[in-house]
Amino acid sequence: MSAHAKSISLTVNGARVEASVPPRQHLGDFLRERELLTGTHLGCEHGVCGACTILIDGEPARSCITFAVACDGRSITTVEGLDDDPVATELREAFAAEHGLQCGFCTPGMLVAARDVVLRRPDADNPAIRTAMSGNLCRCTGYVGIVNAIRRVIDARNTNAG
Amino acid sequence: MKAVDFDYAQPATLAEALELLSREDVMVRPVAGSQSLGPMLNLRLAQPELLVDITRIAELQTIRQEGDRLVIGACVTHARLEDGDYPDVTRGVLPSVAAVIAYRAVRNRGTIGGSLAHADPAADWVNVLTALGADVVIAGPGGRRSVPMTDFILGVFETALQPGEIVAEIHVPALSDRARWGYYKVCRKTGEFSHATGAVLIDPARGVQRCVAGATSGKPVVIDGPALFEGGCTEAAMAAHLAGSPAADDPIALRTHTVALKRAIAQVMS
Repeated sequence: MSAHAKSISLTVNGARVEASVPPRQHLGDFLRERELLTGTHLGCEHGVCGACTILIDGEPARSCITFAVACDGRSITTVEGLDDDPVATELREAFAAEHGLQCGFCTPGMLVAARDVVLRRPDADNPAIRTAMSGNLCRCTGYVGIVNAIRRVIDARNTNAG
Repeated sequence: MKAVDFDYAQPATLAEALELLSREDVMVRPVAGSQSLGPMLNLRLAQPELLVDITRIAELQTIRQEGDRLVIGACVTHARLEDGDYPDVTRGVLPSVAAVIAYRAVRNRGTIGGSLAHADPAADWVNVLTALGADVVIAGPGGRRSVPMTDFILGVFETALQPGEIVAEIHVPALSDRARWGYYKVCRKTGEFSHATGAVLIDPARGVQRCVAGATSGKPVVIDGPALFEGGCTEAAMAAHLAGSPAADDPIALRTHTVALKRAIAQVMS
């Protein structure tokens, strides 16, 4: 443990967590190694690939370039915390139906980013979905299934709302 | 890779932050959203001994209108500028440009002040705020000073910030209702770093006819006056303007910069 360890208090998937963290520890490592929430995947560790995307106070963020110490007082939601989330539930079904995943490495980050697109951009056409999802890399699917899955969820929600 | 073992402070006031940043016994760096410094720390390109997180300082989070200027706190995120919960005096420049910075997950954390202090030549605000004629208010141990963007960015990752100083505010002048602007960047992939950036502002009411060529591996190249408009944006003209920068000697870079600026100009002319 670092000589510079700091005490932080935050919420992870709804549960209060008190921890002593070395400031150098990024949020992704904190979640995986201390909280054992290994649904958050680490790819590039410099903010490019999107695999580690989680929610901080409900907004998507890269857990690999956010330090855990900076999250004192914040509320963190990982893919595990989206089990009962209605949009994430619809997305999981759509990702399966549309073949939006293969190896699954990018999927946790994809689901978090896709949920943001569904909620924030209900008017998105397919090019807009592609642009909005461009911060998440998938090396299996070619993105077609992922875009179709998000399309399916947005269309279903718009139909139900209409 | 993982960052080196650094110490960390999260002051609640600007005065406290400046006090910490004035320490000379350790290598200290300010940090805001950590969307540029975070990767540099993980890659160990930056190895500070103390990080001073300025994102909990309330006065750096505000956006306010002061006369004909919009005053943006250094720690205002790109996402907030994208979403537009403020009087946009720039006729869409701020939200439109914010929306194309990296990705939403980055925009939620990354800040306008952090982007300027980092001074990557490819950064959107570095070039757009130069085109807009914004001023940067710097806070330091000696008080505050205001520096025009053209004097703030000195080169690649190089700014007018002196040791112990941070960006406090950005002052963006209002555009007149006759103003027109254009922005185009050439990226290999959406959200990736720009290889060539063109930013253009015409504001007859203020007598502004400005082109900015950015991501030139140097400070933004400002070309004032009508020369590049009306078909004047040629590779030969750009070679002259970019003389001295690495882009001028590379035919592909020269063409890319010409295209970026031409397309930004076309948005103004259409």
